[in-house]
Amino acid sequence: MRRAILIGIPFIWLLALFLIPFVIVFKISLSDLALSIPPYTPQLDLSQGWAGIRDFFSQLDFENYIFLTTDDLYWRAYLSSLKIAAVATFLTLLVGYPIAYGMARAEESWRPMLLMLVILPFWTSFLIRVYSWMGILSSEGYLNQVLLALGIISDPLTILNTNAAVYIGIVYTYLPFMILPIYATLEKMDISLLEAAEDLGCSRFSAFWLVTIPLSLPGIVAGCFLVFIPTIGEFVIPSLLGGSQTLMIGKVLWEEFFSNRDWPVASAVAVILLLILVIPIVLFQRNEQKQREAGK
Amino acid sequence: MRLNSAALAAAALVASAASAEEVHVYNWSDYIDEELLSKFEEETGIDLVYDVFDSNEVLETKMLAGGSGYDVVVPTGSFLQRQIAAGAFQPLDYDKLPNAENLWDVIKERTETYDPGQQYSINYMWGTTGIGANVGEVTEALGEDAPLDSLALIFDPANMEKLAECGVHFLDAPTEVIPAALKYIGEDPDSKDPEVIAKAEEVLLAVRPYIQKFHSSEYINALANGDICVAFGWSGDILQARDRAAEADNGVEVVYNAPKEGALMWFDQMAIPADAPNPDAAHVFLNFIMDAENMAAASNYVYYANGNLASQEYLVEDVIGDTAIYPDEATLENLYTFTPYPPKVQRDVTRLWTKVKSGI
Repeated sequence: MRRAILIGIPFIWLLALFLIPFVIVFKISLSDLALSIPPYTPQLDLSQGWAGIRDFFSQLDFENYIFLTTDDLYWRAYLSSLKIAAVATFLTLLVGYPIAYGMARAEESWRPMLLMLVILPFWTSFLIRVYSWMGILSSEGYLNQVLLALGIISDPLTILNTNAAVYIGIVYTYLPFMILPIYATLEKMDISLLEAAEDLGCSRFSAFWLVTIPLSLPGIVAGCFLVFIPTIGEFVIPSLLGGSQTLMIGKVLWEEFFSNRDWPVASAVAVILLLILVIPIVLFQRNEQKQREAGK
Repeated sequence: MRLNSAALAAAALVASAASAEEVHVYNWSDYIDEELLSKFEEETGIDLVYDVFDSNEVLETKMLAGGSGYDVVVPTGSFLQRQIAAGAFQPLDYDKLPNAENLWDVIKERTETYDPGQQYSINYMWGTTGIGANVGEVTEALGEDAPLDSLALIFDPANMEKLAECGVHFLDAPTEVIPAALKYIGEDPDSKDPEVIAKAEEVLLAVRPYIQKFHSSEYINALANGDICVAFGWSGDILQARDRAAEADNGVEVVYNAPKEGALMWFDQMAIPADAPNPDAAHVFLNFIMDAENMAAASNYVYYANGNLASQEYLVEDVIGDTAIYPDEATLENLYTFTPYPPKVQRDVTRLWTKVKSGI
């Protein structure tokens, strides 16, 4: 009984917050555009009983998915989002790992404060923090003013409204999601393992490479997923910091939903985005599980 | 003591809940004199919750999703028309709107296309879409006879090539820019024929390399500061830029011109959603807005013309006397209106717009 409740709670959670919304979006993706409230047809009419339900299902089709294949805009947007997300995740890892490492090796009394500092930016609204980057990166912004004053550059750099600004925005915004899981694994690590490695003739660098990195791998993987997944569908950062040449699926989705008012096609775009995300995650987990079993 | 203050707070909550008759208004940003909002609350005793948006698309999505919780919204004519067809609004009860007699016949006639007989909406403000120019920089780039009042300024690649240096912004609104591009090549700006619309793509792609940015509000500041020299935008916004530049006394002189080839005339209409929680209070608000002095206060503040004839005697000379705001008869004849695209054509238009902006 107790076990059933324990297992049941996460399942109800998944059902309510993932499966039901997904089924609703999937259902809309199979319907057609209409001028009504809400703007798609057919609507499920339960008052008609079975006939209504049959009628409802007979009107659903995969037309919108076929439409997505007719225009290369969608595939290019998916690919470009994957690329931006992959590069941004890698950059976040490059910045985040040393910070997490430094935190985990800092004196124990310092650690709670360092942890606090990582979380502190969350106290300000995400939107305001992205907006302030506009002030920093624009051609008359603080960054250019400082660089010009120092004589490092003679003409202002164009960073705002380019992909570079999008990368800066993503790395800045998602950095805590990378640092925290890596820090958690590094902090738990047994330091004596490193001493053992050095006793056995490893240099400090190869001890880091052969011992610390593999042991922190679960944290790295968790951090990368936490950054990569939301970044693919990111809308706010590319629309505020990116230029018109920044192509991301979040923007395409916005246009389908708002400019075209085509909820069915927008839903189809969202369903495919979800598949693109879910399939690699499932494959990865399978692989992990196999390795774990082989390890035993 | 602590108990006391808790009881007091609870009592206050109950009291405010009892007296609270609320009206939720959703209007464009920077589109009213905010003193009017407190005046409304004082006069009527109704609590006003005032929210703003900056694109018709966002408003329309809320309307079509239903249950927005707003009592008064302000879509532009062509969007209003489509939302009426979807059943998003309730008919107005003119018995509750005695101030409707103040409305201006000229504007009423022109909004007939969108809402025949003003059954669902009243005009709030209207304006044109045209060209804002920094006179000094444009004449420096193109010479003294630069065509400041012609679409050739922004659609002729030869002109735009020279203007690119000092910066050109376009509205990020295909329903404003595409009709203008069609007007420039002598096609019907209101055309729904995909083949005609495709011709706008050629015009826009030819000048695309010289356009610094597509954005629907940034050009106000950029023009006023002298960061850009030309903007294709909304009349009142460009006039705001003109005034900001004059106030800053920074040597920037901005002019607004409705293109002589013909300019798009648009109408922002106040309407009451079909599922408005408090339609009675919404009517009170509409009636308040249609009061001649109130409407004049709003126009005097935002520099847009309104659809209220009686308000004209309260308008300051800067507004009523400015042909950029209240065009003369000849210009008025030359203005055209725009009706919504059918869904399939809308898709082509959005796609065309993506192609123009991103090259894909």
